[in-house]
Amino acid sequence: MADKIAVEGLNAWFGKTQALHEINMAVPENSITAIIGPSGCGKSTFIRCINRMHEEIRGAYSSGRVILDGEDVYGSGVDPVLIRRRLGMVFQKPNPFPTMSIKENAVAGIILNKRLNRHEIEETAEKYLRRAALWDEVKDQLNKPGISLSGGQQQRLCIARALAVEPEVLLADEPASALDPISTAKIEDLFTDLKERYTIVVVTHNMQQAARISDRTAFFLSGRLIEYGTTDKIFTNPSDKRTEDYITGRFG
Amino acid sequence: MKTDFRYMRRKVFGTTMLGLSLLAALAAVSMLFWILGYTFIKGVSAVNFDFFTKLPTPVGVPGGGLANSIVGSIIVVGMAALMAIPVGMATAIYLSEYGRGFFASTVRFVSDVLAGVPAIVAGIVAYALVVTRMHRFSAFSGSVSLALLMLPIIIRSSEEIFRTVPDTLREASFALGVPKWKTILSIVLKTASGGLVTGTILAIARVGGEAAPLLFTSFSNSFWNFNPGQPMATLPVDLFNYSISPYQDWQQKAWAAALVLVGMVLILNISARLYLARKGFKRNG
Ligand SMILES: Nc1ncnc2c1ncn2[C@@H]1O[C@H](COP(=O)(O)OP(=O)(O)OP(=O)(O)O)[C@@H](O)[C@H]1O
Ligand SMILES: [Mg+2]
Repeated sequence: MADKIAVEGLNAWFGKTQALHEINMAVPENSITAIIGPSGCGKSTFIRCINRMHEEIRGAYSSGRVILDGEDVYGSGVDPVLIRRRLGMVFQKPNPFPTMSIKENAVAGIILNKRLNRHEIEETAEKYLRRAALWDEVKDQLNKPGISLSGGQQQRLCIARALAVEPEVLLADEPASALDPISTAKIEDLFTDLKERYTIVVVTHNMQQAARISDRTAFFLSGRLIEYGTTDKIFTNPSDKRTEDYITGRFG
Repeated sequence: MKTDFRYMRRKVFGTTMLGLSLLAALAAVSMLFWILGYTFIKGVSAVNFDFFTKLPTPVGVPGGGLANSIVGSIIVVGMAALMAIPVGMATAIYLSEYGRGFFASTVRFVSDVLAGVPAIVAGIVAYALVVTRMHRFSAFSGSVSLALLMLPIIIRSSEEIFRTVPDTLREASFALGVPKWKTILSIVLKTASGGLVTGTILAIARVGGEAAPLLFTSFSNSFWNFNPGQPMATLPVDLFNYSISPYQDWQQKAWAAALVLVGMVLILNISARLYLARKGFKRNG
């Protein structure tokens, strides 16, 4: 499989504190890559560097390259706004827009950038709500506010919203950590389905989750990539002592 | 049993303080009701249909009303709002969404200073800037003075309200590939709209009753005038002029003007609360 994303020599800072050190990592196309590691090790910072969200934080900056399909997203003249449309993101806490209905939320990324008529909105909303496995649960209440849904439904609404922009990659930062086990299982199933079409990078604190859904796993510690390989290898036969300690629950 | 004694003492102290603060609150509220009640009793007899529809009559001629100054107040305050709202909102957006560093803190400081400027000083500034140049009193100059008073209120209240919009919503929008300016217009402004409308209505209510800056800007007028370049009657200024007059009949009109003015401010305040309540209700499904 071809590499969808290749991260080369990535460093990231918050003001003077360096959060990422020399990360090199290639993410194959149509796969799920899990990012694991103890709290504060730089997982969120890492995926936020991939779609250039990191630089939105005051005082935050980075160096190095993130190659998406052969093109550096940090290249001169690259518009971060356009890059973000190719690299969708789902956040830890579901964050639907409170002023928008379920339907409007689903297509928010489109209607914020161009005009759609009512018919197109209906059609597009249905398409992506289906893709996010939410349609059957909300089809009778499309005009209710997005925030009236349960947490798990809100998160799938946010996934639908991210997918509606037609990204090539989906970056998810602990997308299920605020959810109950049933909602979590739904998100996991959904991701497994979605990897047919998308390349997925998911941050998780849940080892079983990483083992269940991911093809490859990266272990981060103190802003460094300690070990990266197939999920099988990382969980059954890690080469680094620290990876082994972490996945067996000896720290973190 | 030393601890018991301490406990008792603390309890007595606590109860006393609660009683005192309740008493103070009661005094403040009853004062407000006293003002409202007194204005109502004094003014209600002169508030009739003519008061809202007729021009003032000369001294000694019975009847007449303050229709021109009611409309004048609405025009002068309305023009002030038209000037202050766009500038105030834009400044608030700058401060909450972009403003960092020295320039932003300077803007914030200046707006705080402006908020503390006495109303009459705003009048003098408008007098110097507009009246002396146009060589006459005008509704427009009155609006400028009121806009100066509204501006800092709008800036600070709107900035506070923009800050209550969670950053997670801005991030969600950025992550969808929506540019920052579009995010501010479509997400931040919309999410904050309830609070913004309320804050603006309160700012309008706050300056709607000002007389001092209008005395030597929009001045007064006994006739209908819809030209912003000419002097225009307003309720607060008429209230002032009539109340210091020696005529019984005019003093009666002053009370009526006071009642109508208080009524208008009250309506603005209540509609602001209602708007916010309805908005909040809708948002929670
Ligand atoms: N906004 C910020 N300002 C300053 N430092 C930050 C900021 N966000 C994160 N950091 C620091 O950067 C480092 C990496 O943070 P990051 O959020 O990437 O960790 P994480 O692995 O996602 O942790 P968690 O599992 O708790 O989400 C941490 O040491 C953190 O203190
Ligand atoms: Mg994190």
